[in-house]
Amino acid sequence: MSTHHASPLLSVRNLRVALQTSHGQLEALRGVDFEMQSGETLGLIGESGCGKSLTALAIMGLLPDHASVSGSIALHGTELTQMSEDTLCTLRGARMAMIFQEPMTALNPLHPIWKQIAEPLQLHQGMDLVSAKARALELLDRVQLPRARERLDNYPHQLSGGQRQRVMISMALACQPDILIADEPTTALDVTVQKEVLALIHQLVAEDGMGLLLISHNLGLMRDQVERVMVMYGGAVVESASTKDLFERRLHPYTQGLFAARPQLGLKRGTRLQTIAGNVPELFNWPKGCAFADRCAYVKDSCKQGLPPIELVPQIVHVNESKDKDGGEETDKPRHLAEHWVRCPEWQKLEAAA
Amino acid sequence: MSSAPSFSGRVQQAFKHRSFAAGAVIVTLLVFSAALSLFWTPYPVADIDIPNKLATASAQHWFGTDSLGRDIASLLLVGSQNSLLVGFIAVGIGLGFGVPLGLLASAQRGWVEEVVMRVADFTFAFPALLSAILLTAIYGPGLVVSITAIGIFNIPVFARITRGAANAIWSRDFTLAAKAAGKTKWAITWEHVLPNVASVLIVQATVQFAIAILAEAALSYLGLGTQPPNPSWGRMLNEAQSQMFQAPMLAVYPGMAIALAVLGLNLMGDGLRDLLDPRLSRTR
Repeated sequence: MSTHHASPLLSVRNLRVALQTSHGQLEALRGVDFEMQSGETLGLIGESGCGKSLTALAIMGLLPDHASVSGSIALHGTELTQMSEDTLCTLRGARMAMIFQEPMTALNPLHPIWKQIAEPLQLHQGMDLVSAKARALELLDRVQLPRARERLDNYPHQLSGGQRQRVMISMALACQPDILIADEPTTALDVTVQKEVLALIHQLVAEDGMGLLLISHNLGLMRDQVERVMVMYGGAVVESASTKDLFERRLHPYTQGLFAARPQLGLKRGTRLQTIAGNVPELFNWPKGCAFADRCAYVKDSCKQGLPPIELVPQIVHVNESKDKDGGEETDKPRHLAEHWVRCPEWQKLEAAA
Repeated sequence: MSSAPSFSGRVQQAFKHRSFAAGAVIVTLLVFSAALSLFWTPYPVADIDIPNKLATASAQHWFGTDSLGRDIASLLLVGSQNSLLVGFIAVGIGLGFGVPLGLLASAQRGWVEEVVMRVADFTFAFPALLSAILLTAIYGPGLVVSITAIGIFNIPVFARITRGAANAIWSRDFTLAAKAAGKTKWAITWEHVLPNVASVLIVQATVQFAIAILAEAALSYLGLGTQPPNPSWGRMLNEAQSQMFQAPMLAVYPGMAIALAVLGLNLMGDGLRDLLDPRLSRTR
């Protein structure tokens, strides 16, 4: 739906976030790079504390006060990190929107739901209350909230978790943003509802041609929802590939461990799920090099010196040569779209072993 | 699906709460007597009737008369005006300045919060009575000065409690969601934070109201508050002191009036705390 074809929908370059804590300055994001085109769906996966949510909050400009950001985040080529709070407020909710993990707490218990959906409409589109309420009803119908008309005046505590998440989605979509960030939108929901809500997000995003950044730690969910997946570990993206490609070959030891650890249908009864040996390093004790080095079977000396550089994996499977979007650019920067890249010097060994 | 409780439903529920009901009855009585005394008292309060001084309770004088023969019942009725006035204005000052300061501190955080809270600590360190005496020393004794002093004492109380409650609201996801929808922090403060801290503030207001009544009585007792000939419960206590042994009831009546008013407000505050907090059980 965007007309800015020249620049990507979202471009994140060398994003670093440092948190000021009692342990001193902690680098929670250590250089995140990625790019999204209009209408693209991108998944961000990793375990708790790896920086997924921090990345999302940094894009929205919602980081806590004790966080300092460096690097670049550009929406349609407009730099966000240097933007004033007032200007950011005009973008949030209008051009970019976010859905949170906890629908139970993400709605104000004191306002009826239609008022909360109407808020961004009044704010960004200058609607009056009457037309905003009418629009809220349309939106609730669109997110398939049953008996939406009766529920307009309901308070959040009168809705179930799945219903509340639908309300959250309708709030986020109210102004038809260009990008939707969904931070574990289904983690707090019942398993049976999870799929419905994800399918809904998928459908709405496709209808509106929005970009979707879906954050999750659930690999299975990613498979059907997004075109491309980035795997995060220890504040950095360690592997990025199209979903199809990633499910065929995983070239970072952490990604491999993550895939090996997932429960699958058809496993023999009593089979223990694989785990990754060791623990995630403590945030205040992060190694200089690859954060996975201590748990890695392929570790080399160079892994501990500094963050391994991004290495492009040649495309073997897809003989699709139509990716001329950033064809003529200098190649020292990762070419993100549909490329497979990995932050591991030993990826060829891993590929051979697999 | 139950709908939101209606207003009359809430009122019914409120009066099932025993301490709230008791407190509300006492407070209503207080307000009623203050209102009544505006146009009717059994005797004119300023009328001195020396032949009838120190009379005991009778049909003519329900609570007897004081050392100048003034009707105690009339004095008590008119004195309630004074107490209510002090309570309303002092709490009003506290709310009017303390709540915005607390909200500001909570919305801005950082050095603004630090400055507001340290100033509040500093003001808080002065007991209300001490600052009242200080102000009296400068401006002379009187009702206005004592109300102002009590009001100033209320500012840090409300600033602190607002900031604490508001910080808790700011840490909840719906404020983050409102930010993500593009709201400025001032809009969020007004639309999301303030309504959610209102119940805490209402409860605190009733408590501070009671404290203000006590403080005014204490100041008047010391001769720093309401000045003669305006009747005040505190001054009645003061005047009763010299006849403590001839007429002990002179001290008992205003003392009971003060105690009853404070009790009523505290019971009501306690009840409101339960009624406005969905997590606590509803009936007590």
